[in-house]
Amino acid sequence: MSKPRNRLLHLAMPWLVVAGLVTFWHASVIFFQIPTFVLPSPAAVFSAFQEYRPIILHHAGFTLMNTLTGFALGVMLGVTLGIAIGTLPLAYSGLYPVLVGFNSVPKVALVPIIVLWLGIGQPTAIATAFILCFFPIAVNVATGLATVEPEVEDVLRSLGASKIDILRKIGLPRSLPYFFASLKIAITLAFVGTVIAETIASNEGIGYLIIQASSQFRVPLMFAGVFVIAAMGVCTYVVFALLERKLTGWAMRGK
Amino acid sequence: MNDFVKLDAVDLRYGGDGGVQALRGADISIAKGEFAAVVGPSGCGKSSLMKLVTGLMPTNGGRITVAGTEVKGPLKIVGMAFQNPTLLPWRRLLKNVMLPLEIVQPHRSRLSRHRAEYVEKARDLLDRVGLKGFENSYPWELSGGMQQRANLCRALIHEPELLMLDEPFGALDYFTREELWGVLQEIWLEKKFTTILVTHDLREAAFLADVIHVMSARPGRIIATHRVDFPRPRTLETTFEPAFVDIVHAIRSQIAQTRSEAKAA
Repeated sequence: MSKPRNRLLHLAMPWLVVAGLVTFWHASVIFFQIPTFVLPSPAAVFSAFQEYRPIILHHAGFTLMNTLTGFALGVMLGVTLGIAIGTLPLAYSGLYPVLVGFNSVPKVALVPIIVLWLGIGQPTAIATAFILCFFPIAVNVATGLATVEPEVEDVLRSLGASKIDILRKIGLPRSLPYFFASLKIAITLAFVGTVIAETIASNEGIGYLIIQASSQFRVPLMFAGVFVIAAMGVCTYVVFALLERKLTGWAMRGK
Repeated sequence: MNDFVKLDAVDLRYGGDGGVQALRGADISIAKGEFAAVVGPSGCGKSSLMKLVTGLMPTNGGRITVAGTEVKGPLKIVGMAFQNPTLLPWRRLLKNVMLPLEIVQPHRSRLSRHRAEYVEKARDLLDRVGLKGFENSYPWELSGGMQQRANLCRALIHEPELLMLDEPFGALDYFTREELWGVLQEIWLEKKFTTILVTHDLREAAFLADVIHVMSARPGRIIATHRVDFPRPRTLETTFEPAFVDIVHAIRSQIAQTRSEAKAA
């Protein structure tokens, strides 16, 4: 039994996989003599990142800002809708089909409309991130609330608990794990939304940077942009995963 | 008669007019401080009875009164425990047991200022059911029997006037079950809250109850009422006495009969 070593290996695994992929990528580029404008080597991407670092970081900051703002709005609407749908049968019948319909619309199709209303730049990016990310939150919170065991509810009702009591004592704590699971999905969707909007209608942000780099055939810079988005996505995901473990450790039964 | 709980020709149907008739003309009277058990074949509407008496479900006919007033909505004085312990997994045991205090008046408004006193009470109760030292455990860290003990504490912490138990020991092993009979009897002898126990286990009913009501197969009604007069506190030795065995035997044949009648019909 070598549990500590096993744990260490588990922690190292993602890095090992990344290192393996990068090595394979680098070797392939050299071996097949792939031109830089088709697929730059990792070294070329890294040097592009070094060269344009201030510009990339500026655009990354813009993208991150928009994503988090849109995400925060999405969380507010998502939680409100989720509580309404999960607790009020009328809201469920009325809103749920509408939401499902709305969610099946490809959001890219909405960006031109949003541009029409909000113009080019930050508001459009925020709105797109918001529209993309509230749905999973609403659905998950509603699911958490709707699947409260009826027996637990009976115990509380026979004590004279009001609907609000039941929501506060049982519904909300119970839906917390569902909520956090949805946050991890929603934050990545928010990034997707921001970057889509930036590629279509923005003069700033990583999405804009990639489009610009593409039009100038600066392929290593495009890849650098993609990696920065990935890094931001992973970082925010980790933040929520840590929060989740801290606040809903009970749902993982101490594992 | 000074009945604390009274059912008068109660009907219950599930699913509208063409639905299943769960109860038809059920009559039960339970005196204040009495320990009543309700037994019957499975599917006879025993659990529905619990929901009706506590006002969680409306009747389709007849009248239910508790403490002199007709039941129209959920009562506020009830402690309940089901076969499934239904403890909240995000609360430690002590906080689980104290949950009713956060709901029921006057404890609700007193809780924050008199927390120490209530914590003391919850600890005492956990101690009585043999859970001393587990106050800070999460329910899922405990065995089913231990969870059920805590569930009993939660049903009793606010000193309800009416305790409703629906197969509370049904999922437990034989020995734990018998041990908890003793624990429940001990607490009941001390506080004398009116109790309605729904169970499949006839020995359990005879061990704990003052009166056993036997229900027919669906649509359920009361077909017999047995007084159980063994002196208290009863012990497991009591369950081997001929008189005890006779009662269990008599109820058993009544249930067997109503089952075969239902099958024949």
